[in-house]
Amino acid sequence: MAEVAFVRHEMEPPQAPPSGQVGPARWLRENLFSSWLNALLTIASVALLWWLVSHMLPWFAHGVWNAGSLTECRQIIQATWGEGASGACFAVIRERWQQFLFGFYPVHLYWRPTLTFFLLLAALAPVLVSELPRRLLWFSAAFPGLCYWLLWGGSLWVPIAIYAGFVVGHLAQRLLAAAGYGLVAPFAAALATVLWWLYLVGPVADAFASVVPLALTPVASKLFGGFMLSTVIGMTGIAFSLPLGVLLALGRRSDMFIVKALSIGFIEFIRGVPLITLLLVATFLLNVFLPPGTNFDIILRVIIMVTLFAAAYMAETIRGGLAALPRGQYEAADALGLDYWKSMRLIIMPQALKISIPSIVGNFISLFKDTTLVAIIGLLDPLGLVTSIRADSNWNGIVWELYGFVALLFLLCCYGMSQYSRYLERKLRTDRR
Amino acid sequence: MTSAEMPGERFRLSMLIYDTRYRSLTIQVIALISFMLAAAWLVNNTVQNLAALGKTFDFGFLGTRAGYDINQTLIPYTNDSTHGRAAIVGILNTFLVAILGCLLATIMGVLIGILRLSPNWLVSKLAGTYVDVFRNVPVLLWIFAFFAILTDMTPAPAAFRGDNPSAQMIFGAVAITNRGFYIPWPVLAPGWQLVVGIFALSVVAVVAFGRYARARQEATGEILPTFWIKAGLLVAPTLLADLLAGHPISFDFPELQRFNFEGGGFIDKSLIALWLALSFYTAAYIAENVRGGIQAVSRGQTEAAAALGLRPNRIMNLVVLPQAMRVIIPPLISQYLNLTKNSSLAIAVGYMDARATLGGITMNQTGRELECMLLLMGFYLILSLLISSIMNWYDARVSLKER
Repeated sequence: MAEVAFVRHEMEPPQAPPSGQVGPARWLRENLFSSWLNALLTIASVALLWWLVSHMLPWFAHGVWNAGSLTECRQIIQATWGEGASGACFAVIRERWQQFLFGFYPVHLYWRPTLTFFLLLAALAPVLVSELPRRLLWFSAAFPGLCYWLLWGGSLWVPIAIYAGFVVGHLAQRLLAAAGYGLVAPFAAALATVLWWLYLVGPVADAFASVVPLALTPVASKLFGGFMLSTVIGMTGIAFSLPLGVLLALGRRSDMFIVKALSIGFIEFIRGVPLITLLLVATFLLNVFLPPGTNFDIILRVIIMVTLFAAAYMAETIRGGLAALPRGQYEAADALGLDYWKSMRLIIMPQALKISIPSIVGNFISLFKDTTLVAIIGLLDPLGLVTSIRADSNWNGIVWELYGFVALLFLLCCYGMSQYSRYLERKLRTDRR
Repeated sequence: MTSAEMPGERFRLSMLIYDTRYRSLTIQVIALISFMLAAAWLVNNTVQNLAALGKTFDFGFLGTRAGYDINQTLIPYTNDSTHGRAAIVGILNTFLVAILGCLLATIMGVLIGILRLSPNWLVSKLAGTYVDVFRNVPVLLWIFAFFAILTDMTPAPAAFRGDNPSAQMIFGAVAITNRGFYIPWPVLAPGWQLVVGIFALSVVAVVAFGRYARARQEATGEILPTFWIKAGLLVAPTLLADLLAGHPISFDFPELQRFNFEGGGFIDKSLIALWLALSFYTAAYIAENVRGGIQAVSRGQTEAAAALGLRPNRIMNLVVLPQAMRVIIPPLISQYLNLTKNSSLAIAVGYMDARATLGGITMNQTGRELECMLLLMGFYLILSLLISSIMNWYDARVSLKER
């Protein structure tokens, strides 16, 4: 009988992994030093980082916040940190930050743009966060008029009278539909609204203003500047380019030849020329295209051009989303008996927009960045201000502080927008992946 | 059976809106009429306004004397040349910065895109930061900032003077000053055509040899040592021709004279600033395209290639890249288009591109806003239609032929 010399009855406990395979050592090995090339890259990156930090840290630490000019800044830095020390001159930002925010808006009226900004946040909240009560959207709808009144001043009755145009149109449609002219009701309503805007807004606003004058000190457009200007142009462009883009995208995918041709022509024309040429048209040529004697506000002209420009890009983005939808969705909508607009509104658009969220937000970001182009046609947006400050003999030669400040603000806004788009994508993701 | 087929159905006016057969016609007619009305209104306004201003609509101003200088020109130009020639100089300058920009942006973009996919944590984070920072800040700011850096942080030519100068030329050949870059410039002696011609021929030969090697490999499976043969083909004949012709191409180096550098070539700082800013900015977008393209190739492809026994290098070259290119190229071309359109911001740093000559000084001097803007928009429009037709052609060529 064979005798079993040794049988193990219990499992040996596993040995601890070698020291190079656990904890930080392993992470370093796998992520930074997995091969010769990687090790070299790591060393190069560390050298680059070290170079950046070793130059920037003292520069920040030596920063001067109280000085009247760049020369004074440099003297203070030399006096405190010794000959040859480098340091930032943040004094220029301390001196000019109000201009960076508000341009040349009258100082005693700063409360108006500030209030408008907080109202903007309140108006955006229900649009961005769907958990808030839907009734707040009424405030969002009223906000553009309020914003216009607060920023430009003048009589409150003008925006109210403009809003009243929508009420007039709605009433006209209701009355005509009730009287049995449902066929022409939409056209008549549109006509009534336009006529109201063309001929009655002025007199009605004046009449009310003479009874109850609700007016703020008017502020001229040429005083607007800084981030206020960028935000006004950017937000208006964003708000109007999306619906316009949706219409253009639908037009481009339409079966109707003429509508399609017009949409394609518009989109390709706008996408084919740089924004700056459109802004030049707004400055030099718009007066030539409009009836003799018309001369309207430069900011409004810029906003119109920026909106049209962004709308063309938006249309292409949304067209991509529409094309990505399976045909079955269109057919299912037809099979349910929905008419064109209902099927678009209830079935197609929600899905197409969801698909194209990242690119739509990308368009918003480039629109917001493109607002800086107004500096070239002479408006004082943050970049225009930087140029004028650098031309000031006190601050001549200052580079990093100003451009860094403006870049940082844009970076925060744009990065914030892209993060929001990621959040929205995650929230709206209904398929399981 | 639908009512449409009923005989004797009377046409009623309301059918124009309620009947889907006629409705689209109605809408189109309305759209066309409103479009034509709007166009007529605009043209009418324009005619009236031009008449009121006493202006005519003609392009004769292109033949008149321009009277302004251009700091950087590719073709001979003086301020006695015509506005038309100034416009051409501007257009060529646009092409110059666009081509330079596309080249640098592609190199940087591909590099950063690949670094971003690197397994090295630090490197991929750094590349990601680059992309985020450059994409989220307006390109105009980069243009201004690069120009300001070149203006305020580079030495004046005087700093190169003296026994112990505060600034040094790079390799004794390139001087970076606050006016621009002074670089060596080729001087062509008789016989240079031979060298350049031979070089062009050897480039053709390299391409032809590449094709031959590939065809041979596909036919026989034999792999030729292409790299060394190509390198030899590229270098040897040119060197030989250079030797035979007695070094007809030499370089003129910039020398510091009394006030400034003389000799060599000069690149204005506005061109450098614009070029670098556009390239750095566009490189961030290209990097994202490259990363997206490589990630779009499914892992299964890489794994299958590895299972076939290919080494990582070959997997990249033979399996991943050919498939990724299909995804990368179309957005890459549209980035080129964007770069070209962004180059119209050149006026911010005083670089005289098409927008700055035709749509800038010429327009201001002659007061021909309408004509100048039409020409300028026409130029950009033709350019972008051209580029997008190239893109469509490429798309059609490489798209997967499924189904």
